[in-house]
Amino acid sequence: MAELSYKPGAAVDVKRAVRWGALRVAEYRFYSMSKWMGSILAFGLGNPILFLLSVGLGIGALVDANSGGETLGVSYLQFVAPALLASAAIQGVMDEVTFPTLDGFVWDKLFFAINATSVSARQIANGVMIVALGRGLFTTLLYLGILLLFGAVPLASFFPLLFTSMLAGWGWAALMMAITARLENDEGYFAVIGRFVIAPMFLFSGTFYPLEQMPIFLQPIGWILPLWHSTELGRTLSYDYPIEPSMIATHLGYLTLMGVVGMLLTYPKFEERLSR
Amino acid sequence: MFAKDSEVVIRAKNLTKKYKDFVAVDGIDFEVKRGESFGLLGPNGAGKSTTMKMISSVSQRTGGELTILGKEPNTHGPEIRAHLGVVPQKDLLDRELKAWENLFTYGRYFGLSRKFLKQKVEELLEFAQLTEKRNSKADDLSGGMQRRLAIARGLVNEPEILMLDEPTTGLDPQARHILWDRLFRLKEQGVTLVITTHYMDEAEQLCDRLIVMDKGKIMAEGSPAALIKQYSSKEVVEVRFGTDKNEKFAPQLEELADRIEVLPDRILLYTEKGEELLTKIVDAGLHPVTSLVRRSSLEDVFLRLTGRTLVE
Amino acid sequence: MITQLVVSQAVAIQERRSARPGSSIYSGRASMLLERGFRAFKSSNWMVVLSGFVEPVLYLLAFGFGIGQLIGNLEDGLGRPVSYAAFIAPALLATSAMNGAVYDSTWNVFFKMHFGKIYQVMLSSSLGPMDVALGEIGWALLRGVAYSLGFMAIVTPLGLVTNAWGLLAIPAASLIAFGFASIGMAITSYLKSFQQMNWVTFFMLPMFLFSGTFFPVSVYPQWIQMIVQALPLWQGVELIRSLMLGIVDWSLLGHVAYFLVMIAGGLWFTTVRLKALFMR
Repeated sequence: MAELSYKPGAAVDVKRAVRWGALRVAEYRFYSMSKWMGSILAFGLGNPILFLLSVGLGIGALVDANSGGETLGVSYLQFVAPALLASAAIQGVMDEVTFPTLDGFVWDKLFFAINATSVSARQIANGVMIVALGRGLFTTLLYLGILLLFGAVPLASFFPLLFTSMLAGWGWAALMMAITARLENDEGYFAVIGRFVIAPMFLFSGTFYPLEQMPIFLQPIGWILPLWHSTELGRTLSYDYPIEPSMIATHLGYLTLMGVVGMLLTYPKFEERLSR
Repeated sequence: MFAKDSEVVIRAKNLTKKYKDFVAVDGIDFEVKRGESFGLLGPNGAGKSTTMKMISSVSQRTGGELTILGKEPNTHGPEIRAHLGVVPQKDLLDRELKAWENLFTYGRYFGLSRKFLKQKVEELLEFAQLTEKRNSKADDLSGGMQRRLAIARGLVNEPEILMLDEPTTGLDPQARHILWDRLFRLKEQGVTLVITTHYMDEAEQLCDRLIVMDKGKIMAEGSPAALIKQYSSKEVVEVRFGTDKNEKFAPQLEELADRIEVLPDRILLYTEKGEELLTKIVDAGLHPVTSLVRRSSLEDVFLRLTGRTLVE
Repeated sequence: MITQLVVSQAVAIQERRSARPGSSIYSGRASMLLERGFRAFKSSNWMVVLSGFVEPVLYLLAFGFGIGQLIGNLEDGLGRPVSYAAFIAPALLATSAMNGAVYDSTWNVFFKMHFGKIYQVMLSSSLGPMDVALGEIGWALLRGVAYSLGFMAIVTPLGLVTNAWGLLAIPAASLIAFGFASIGMAITSYLKSFQQMNWVTFFMLPMFLFSGTFFPVSVYPQWIQMIVQALPLWQGVELIRSLMLGIVDWSLLGHVAYFLVMIAGGLWFTTVRLKALFMR
């Protein structure tokens, strides 16, 4: 057997090891993710593209041919594009903080292994969020490109649209991460959240027709969840959709608040769980 | 039943199983008699589990002959399986069901009536010492309990032959002894047991007769005691000199013992009188780091037959 | 105590069947799997079960009544005006049946096959692979039927079923569920990893969105129409839509035949595959 070169205590630079823990977590995860880039792309982009084609173009043809076009003031495609974009961002960022994050605690317990090195619980949470944002950004950018190709959004609002969508993605993902951190096991929670929260959000956030036209008891879905806020911002950015400046501030503020609260709820739970 | 004592219940002749190019079981012959406890001993990959699957008639042989209770497994699978109780290696309990439901449902697969099963399930829970755990989900039982539940499940159709694949692998010593006790009771009641194991002590404890398998072939056959007598000495001295040094002392030791085996981490010396041999070793000026005198076991039989240890 | 009967009941039961053709793959006890299904179901997560049913209802609300306001009325096959909600309701009923059947026959089967390994255990009893295939598909079918009944219970009071033919939508939905359960399990039996399973989910969505569910397939170029018409959901949507709108003629039997073939094919492949997987 070959001799093992072994100098106890000499290999690790303690200061370096402690400082950038979050980035190390992210680096590792990005690396392992790169192996199934294909499916991330397909799932991140597949959904929104399919809805763009079926709803934006297919149903859009029906709407534009009827009275709908006049009600909205723009083509149906232009109307739904900002909503689909925000929805893609939210989904893209969220995907990373559901199953993969629970996996770190429950199945492969990778977080415990990482936490056994000099990386702290807080750094792990930040690392996960960095990866989630990276993943979301990747799909959102591509989707935005596709919307541009279809002429669904103007080129001038490329970066502002990217920002408002990603802000919603971050806000929601932070909250979801706080929830995931509190799950002891899967037991179908994500399926339930998917169908009872995400699906209604997608369908009832003023995505496919103005929120104000919905029955009043459904409108709170828009107010509480992030999609409507991001959609409203996106619509003012992509066509002359009238909106009060104070409402712009409200939407931005609400999404930011969501993210901050989410992170603040996440850290202590990560710490508690990893120190069990 | 008395007259049937010497009846052959499983007969294999030149039994072969190939998966594409790989030969898992390579033309083996054996017979199992009614009421016997028959063991298949060998390391992982020896072909034990494949042989078990062919007997359970859930795997079709690719050559040779096989009859179970005089029936042909290729054409009478369900019928043969009605005679068998199968305890698979990983228990494979139904995790969505409670302990008693696992037994009940399995009985229903055989078409047994609810009335019969109601009573049978209670009986089996008691036998497996699980009456108090009857309403626990299979997942919430300890490893030993899960294994006992799996055995109880295998008994639900009152099988003539109970097949156990590695029955105590992964269990702690106490759980193993409880299990052995249960299996002894079954044996006393005339159930034919077919057991695979790679544990020597288990084979010695449970089996009347066994075959030692390696690479799909039968290396030896007989009772545990007869095999030890035939292929090993009465006692074994194990000595360690430290990594790299074992090889160096081997020639000197060879002269002292009947036979030696040099392993990477230790040397085994075969002899009729262990303590005496150990004294001789020390007298010869050799000072092993550790030494141990023990009775010879099936492990030694296997080593002798194949030149390899069972658990690698 | 354990008493060994000279000929145990299990053996006697099996020997009675042994003369029948196919007795080596089918022992006539597929219903035992339904029994198992009900036992396991009692302790499953009800929210998850309910959630699968809720999805089409949400689509009906959002699209039928929401987007419906922007669209107004469409024309049915006979040129009569039909509200957008009444146009998509049959499609969503077919989708309900499909969803219910597919959840159980894909993901649940996948877990049982690769993690629970319960088929292996079933096949070590005197059940044959055909019992297992038929039983599991039957169970999935039941869920599909339950979902579609629930959906009908919501749609009917809303006035979206306008004629007596609409009652036939329930057996039609059962047929659709059977077809999807059957093909779903057959496909699942060939899949090995989560990634591959995700692709099943992935292809379900476009089928849902483009099978004439939300807009008539006449908007597509001819060649796309032909592809869509080959998909099972389109067949189901057409069948139920015709029944619920009362446009009934012999061509509906074509759709029925499509599903009968799907059921038979799925059953056959599942049986063969179970045998290859667990009895090799």
